[in-house]
Amino acid sequence: MLPALSRVAVCGGTHGNELSGVYLVHERLKRRKKSQVMEPVAVVTVMSNPRAVQRCVRYTETDLNRCFTHAILSASEQTSYELVRSQELNSLLGPKGSAEAMDLICDLHNTTANMGLCLITYSDSDWICLHICKYLQARAQHPRTDAMEIGPQPHGLIRANIFMAMQEAVQLLLDWVRLFNSGAQFEGGSVDVYTLVKNIDYPRDPHTHTIIAAVHPDLQDRDFCLLHPGDPMFLSFSGETLRYKGKEPLYPFFINESAYYEKAVALSLARRRKVEIPAIRSSRM
Amino acid sequence: MLKDSLQSNVSACVSLQWRRMKPLISLNMELITLPALHRMAVCGGTHGNEMSGVFLVPELERQRKEKGDAIWPIPLTTVLSNPQAIKECKRYVDKDLNRCFTSAILSSPITDSTPYEVRRAQELNTLLGPKQTNDAIDMICDLHNTTANMGLSIICYSHTNWICLHIFKYLQAKITTVPVRLVLLNIPIGDAYSLESVSKYGISLEVGPQPQGVVRADIFNAMKEGVNAVLDWVKNFNSGEVIEGGDVEAFMFKKTVDYPRDPETKTPIAAVHPQLQDRDFCLLKRGDPMFLTFSGETVRYEEEEPLHPVFINEAAYYEKGIAFHLAQKQPWTIPSIQAKKV
Repeated sequence: MLPALSRVAVCGGTHGNELSGVYLVHERLKRRKKSQVMEPVAVVTVMSNPRAVQRCVRYTETDLNRCFTHAILSASEQTSYELVRSQELNSLLGPKGSAEAMDLICDLHNTTANMGLCLITYSDSDWICLHICKYLQARAQHPRTDAMEIGPQPHGLIRANIFMAMQEAVQLLLDWVRLFNSGAQFEGGSVDVYTLVKNIDYPRDPHTHTIIAAVHPDLQDRDFCLLHPGDPMFLSFSGETLRYKGKEPLYPFFINESAYYEKAVALSLARRRKVEIPAIRSSRM
Repeated sequence: MLKDSLQSNVSACVSLQWRRMKPLISLNMELITLPALHRMAVCGGTHGNEMSGVFLVPELERQRKEKGDAIWPIPLTTVLSNPQAIKECKRYVDKDLNRCFTSAILSSPITDSTPYEVRRAQELNTLLGPKQTNDAIDMICDLHNTTANMGLSIICYSHTNWICLHIFKYLQAKITTVPVRLVLLNIPIGDAYSLESVSKYGISLEVGPQPQGVVRADIFNAMKEGVNAVLDWVKNFNSGEVIEGGDVEAFMFKKTVDYPRDPETKTPIAAVHPQLQDRDFCLLKRGDPMFLTFSGETVRYEEEEPLHPVFINEAAYYEKGIAFHLAQKQPWTIPSIQAKKV
């Protein structure tokens, strides 16, 4: 038994050039203005980083989506735009860690990696999020495993198929919340969960530190396909293959995300395991 | 002088021969002699976030250091066109560099408020030009990427530019890993705005799809293959062999189509339709879907004339009000050419 979710937020444009969320938020705000429809769940729709959205850049001074640690949120006299904005969002949707905080935030992102529709959450014992994932996997037209037609999306542009997949996913999530709040029981089961183990950087020139290889064509676009020791990882610009030297086969994801070049991440590696989730039902309020 | 007249006699004889063979070979098979190419430049990072060129230029320099200049048929200058934009991994800093090469902009006075890219365009014009003079470098090969599904597209300015059209013909025959097409911009050279208009013969190699700020190995390799094929062609041409003419197909830009936009906010209210997305160079006919609004409506192509969409959903063109270009397909017959022995 878990408490009902009475307040939910849908956030887009946390990175200003990830356009599915930007346009989804625009649409929701426009429809809200036109029809004044009351949704069964109170949904707050937020454009997280308006200045970055206006300039169609990931961020203006610092990555907003790295600004929600307790340390940053409680620091006084922030001057940088995103640091001030994260504190504003924390007042609006939080405060983080308090009883007044939103029950659920759904934050919308795009990636240049071929990750289909991916749900990212902080804890593998967050039954709400894992149940939402199970619900989406069963119903979404474009679940991660069959993600061929979804593909990646370059930053700064919008692809209709990716937008529709995002729109569908948000709708399914809100449907789930409605059902959950109405007292429906969701059967337990198992969910495949990928947990980050480490990040791998590009091979770099030892003097200039510039990148000297690209993700290997045999690995490019193969997010969530098992990478074995000895498999090709990078192809240098001069034509040499560099192989995965780890001992453990792992699952790569965020393969060739353009925003991660500056964070020195070519790809992330994860372990996969099945997490058993219990049946849940909301306790009537 | 004698040599020249002998040369032209040879051309005339060859022309006559071909004319007698008219029933067997198509018309217009005269032989045109042109000067050999002496100097060339490969430019990358004209847009700082189009990464194939940003990485291929240093790779060419690494090859030069390792194997010496003799690996190339003629002296090759490599240029990172927009260093500040490359550093920031942005298309440009103040203004799109690849729109700064009109004669007007190149001759405009520099003041304190002159945008970075205008200054840089004038520097590049000094280095590789001056445009429309005899001192200009013979060939510029400018490297670009696009988020559109355009394979390897060769872009150049004029259908009477036999060198560039022959390069296209050669690349189309030689490169099999990606589709190769020719895009022609029918703009007089003074108004031509991009970097490759500075040299006597200039082409852009545009390879996609690739997101901005990303280097994909397959796209990088296609670009590398393209540049190597251009260099091979230059070697063959300069050797004096006759480069056979023939028929080529070019896509000539006719007009652009913008996204449907909200009349007040001007923000797009639709995306390229899934049935058009990634179908660059296909034929768009009346009634075909063009856009899908965010509220689920299909917007269709209403014009009578079927045309070919190109640069479908290029991220950098949102701010230019362009969802895609529409082009007419045009066949051209190009003559055989031969380098003039000097």
